[in-house]
Amino acid sequence: MITGVSIYELLTVTSILFFIGVYGFMTRKNLISILISIELILNASVINFVVINKYLYPDMLQGVIFSLFIIAVAAAETALAVSIIINLYRQISSVEVKDTEIMKY
Amino acid sequence: MEKYIFYILSVIIVAFAIASVSSRKMLRSVVYLLFALCGIAGFYFLIDYNFLAAVQLTVYAGGIIVLIIFSVLLVHHIEMELEIAKRSKQLLIGLTCFIGLGVFLYTIYNHTFNVIQNTNTTITRDIGAKLLRYEVGGFILPFEVVSILLLAAMIGSIVIAKGKKLTTKNDEAL
Repeated sequence: MITGVSIYELLTVTSILFFIGVYGFMTRKNLISILISIELILNASVINFVVINKYLYPDMLQGVIFSLFIIAVAAAETALAVSIIINLYRQISSVEVKDTEIMKY
Repeated sequence: MEKYIFYILSVIIVAFAIASVSSRKMLRSVVYLLFALCGIAGFYFLIDYNFLAAVQLTVYAGGIIVLIIFSVLLVHHIEMELEIAKRSKQLLIGLTCFIGLGVFLYTIYNHTFNVIQNTNTTITRDIGAKLLRYEVGGFILPFEVVSILLLAAMIGSIVIAKGKKLTTKNDEAL
């Protein structure tokens, strides 16, 4: 654990990071910017896993291993999202949210 | 000493995260995200999970950022400014996020965590042994599932991004 830093301060930082991600997710109009906001949200949750593991259950490793899995899933998700965005740009020449309405039909 | 490093890192992370969701230039926003992710890796170094910090730096800062920069360069004109939400909508969402943050912090500060004082260091060998163990408490099954997931994601993204052929000009030469 970090000497002189309580768990409350760390959880405060991760909560702020999470809500910055939520704010970006809701205000942005571009698919790539939304992807960036999702990365912020995922990172906030990963820090929470690690911090709770280190401060409350220092003898176990469950939090670390789950954060490794979260990072792997996030990498897979980003790769798929980028390929979908590139394919979409080929078909409609735009990556704005308001132009992507093909899935409706 | 570690305390001050923690405060500096938190200021860096929060400032770059805000810059990354509010910048109107696409590429700059990605670079701000890179700095925020490096700050988070600094957190892991402080907490003494060195392996996790290395994974964060290689996978996030090395892999995901490069992917996002690639997609930005493929689909955008760099000078183009992003469209942004209406001012009233921005204020409303900001207010909602502040209320949500207040609820989170109220809950966190009213809960007494039973913190165990420790100075354990985790070495990579422990993580690997735990990850690859068949007995109770091992994580071999999710490890295999994640490897299948990565393979499926890789094949899927190749198939999706390949799309149709754009030109048939070179067919004769082959």
